[in-house]
Amino acid sequence: MNGDIALEVRDLHTHFFLRRGVVKAVDGVSFSLHRGEVLGLVGESGCGKSVTALSLLRLLPNEAARTVQGQVLLDGEDLLVKSKRQMRQIRGRKISMILQDPQTSLNPLFTIGNQLSEVISKIGAERGGGVMQQAIEVLRKVKLSAPEQRVRQYPHELSGGMKQRVVGAIAMNRGPRVLIADEPTTALDVTIQLQYLNLLKELQENTDMAILFITHDFGVVARMCDRVAVMYAGRIVETGPVREVFNNPSHPYTQALIASVPKLKRPEARLHTIEGQPPVLTDLPKGCRFEARCPHAEARCRAAYPDSFTVGAEHAANCWRLDPA
Amino acid sequence: MQGYIVRRLFQGVVLLVIVTTIVFAVGRLTGNPVDLLLPEEASEEERQAMIEALGLDGPVLEQFVVFIKGAVQGDLGVSIRYRQPAVDVFFSRLPNTLLLMPAAMLLAVFMAIPLGILSALRRGRLTDKVSGTIAVLGIATPNFWLGILLIYIFSVQLGWLPSSRMGDWSHYVLPTITLGTFLVAGFMRLIRSSMLDVLDSEFVKLARIKGLSEMRVVWKHCLRNALIPVLTLWGVFMGGLVTGTIVTETVYAWPGVGRLTYEAVIFRDYPLLQAVVIMDAVLILAINLVVDILYAYVDPRIRFT
Ligand SMILES: Nc1ncnc2c1ncn2[C@@H]1O[C@H](COP(=O)(O)OP(=O)(O)OP(=O)(O)O)[C@@H](O)[C@H]1O
Ligand SMILES: [Mg+2]
Repeated sequence: MNGDIALEVRDLHTHFFLRRGVVKAVDGVSFSLHRGEVLGLVGESGCGKSVTALSLLRLLPNEAARTVQGQVLLDGEDLLVKSKRQMRQIRGRKISMILQDPQTSLNPLFTIGNQLSEVISKIGAERGGGVMQQAIEVLRKVKLSAPEQRVRQYPHELSGGMKQRVVGAIAMNRGPRVLIADEPTTALDVTIQLQYLNLLKELQENTDMAILFITHDFGVVARMCDRVAVMYAGRIVETGPVREVFNNPSHPYTQALIASVPKLKRPEARLHTIEGQPPVLTDLPKGCRFEARCPHAEARCRAAYPDSFTVGAEHAANCWRLDPA
Repeated sequence: MQGYIVRRLFQGVVLLVIVTTIVFAVGRLTGNPVDLLLPEEASEEERQAMIEALGLDGPVLEQFVVFIKGAVQGDLGVSIRYRQPAVDVFFSRLPNTLLLMPAAMLLAVFMAIPLGILSALRRGRLTDKVSGTIAVLGIATPNFWLGILLIYIFSVQLGWLPSSRMGDWSHYVLPTITLGTFLVAGFMRLIRSSMLDVLDSEFVKLARIKGLSEMRVVWKHCLRNALIPVLTLWGVFMGGLVTGTIVTETVYAWPGVGRLTYEAVIFRDYPLLQAVVIMDAVLILAINLVVDILYAYVDPRIRFT
């Protein structure tokens, strides 16, 4: 488990500087990703998962967004200090990403083959009998049916599941060290979801590619991930091996999240939803951000943000109740 | 693709029939055109002679059949002023307009695409604000006023460019600018806004994730998508362009079909006006057909439906 570290993120802060205030979408995120590992990143909508992912690639959505602090160490090199030109060399080759919505991830005006050709190197094409032949091989790897025809088709001629396979093929073709998958199956049908997850897992197993798997579905985490990081209001509040976190959730937010997952074994059990709203990201409290919704809140939760406390092997959470002192 | 073209052609024919019917109806329903054509002191015999000459006797339906029969064979009546078939007069002037209109379109394409892209890429900065202001002025300035202004500055005051008639390249400069300005401004704003939409899209994000250069992202992945709204609204701009030629050619004494339209109105050359309107419609339909084919070429989602 404790292999080389492929990606280490330290104290990342990405803010949106808007007229109505500074939206602290990512506000002190740290985590590491080992080689060949799948790390799940879970949390409510709007907690900053996608902004974290885009910050790593330095592809923030607009000019109002800026990464103001932190380090993103890919194989020990900080991506945040690279030039734009260097970043372009790194994107797609060393760190890559699968987007959420396959319907809009491909350019409608170019064929699948054309869009794949952009991630096929000249050398690869020469060795593999031409760009199109190589593109067909790439599609075969993601188990797309009739790849010879697919390369000549346009995105609108493919189903959502097929398109997401193409996007996966594009993202993974150059064998990146780190792949970010931002809710890659949310837009797919349930049966297609499973197939896609299995495919991802299979493709990853033969390599030492690390995956940052963003989702809000604990079922998917259980199926896909080795470790999980729980995010709340711009920060990670608990990390640990999936089994550990499931059996012994230590942050009250994680406990609430896991309680809200409907259990298949007990369908009669009431779905547990979390009371209240997350804090406004322009006006974050000084103390614990979950304090207002937390059933165990105390005075010290308001006073200061909790440190990270170890609760088990590789398992830690930011909650004052875990303070052994 | 062939099916698509055939379908568009068929639609064009239907539209043409409608236009022809309207032109015919407007001519008959607004009173007897002879009254417009003849001076007030004309005698009743002169009036009758003209009615017969123009085929205005007999029931309306019969006139319509005669008119359509003629139209199908390319006969839209005889110009009163030129004493020649109106269609021949139109075609003798058409080449001059076909020099001016593409010049204006080229100006629009070569100015609007780079400026529109630049404004989008520099949204909110000085380049964007300046070009935005110029575009608003360009859209808001009437053709005839712009024409007169340009003549005043560049012909009268500076004496750099000729103010009227056809001739060497220098004669093209002012009419092209006059005719093309609203196209440049309109296209530019359109490209800017569609470019902004495209830049925000997920496939552009994926293109960047691939590690493509910014040039490639903009020129390959964005531009073609950003041009689709321009092609969609092309028909609207074409209408503006044709009416623009009437004003521009009149201001610059340019012997094209625009000026011919103006003359037909001024000289009450009723058959000529009828012919010009119908032929203009044919012209617009032909250009729009070309654009539609281009559209289908650019957007595969159209091509395959
Ligand atoms: N383009 C933007 N402009 C301004 N604020 C933004 C923008 N994008 C995101 N944000 C802010 O950043 C916060 C985090 O957004 P993000 O997209 O990372 O959430 P997420 O965790 O990915 O949610 P979801 O599960 O819905 O995808 C949002 O709450 C929002 O306030
Ligand atoms: Mg998201």
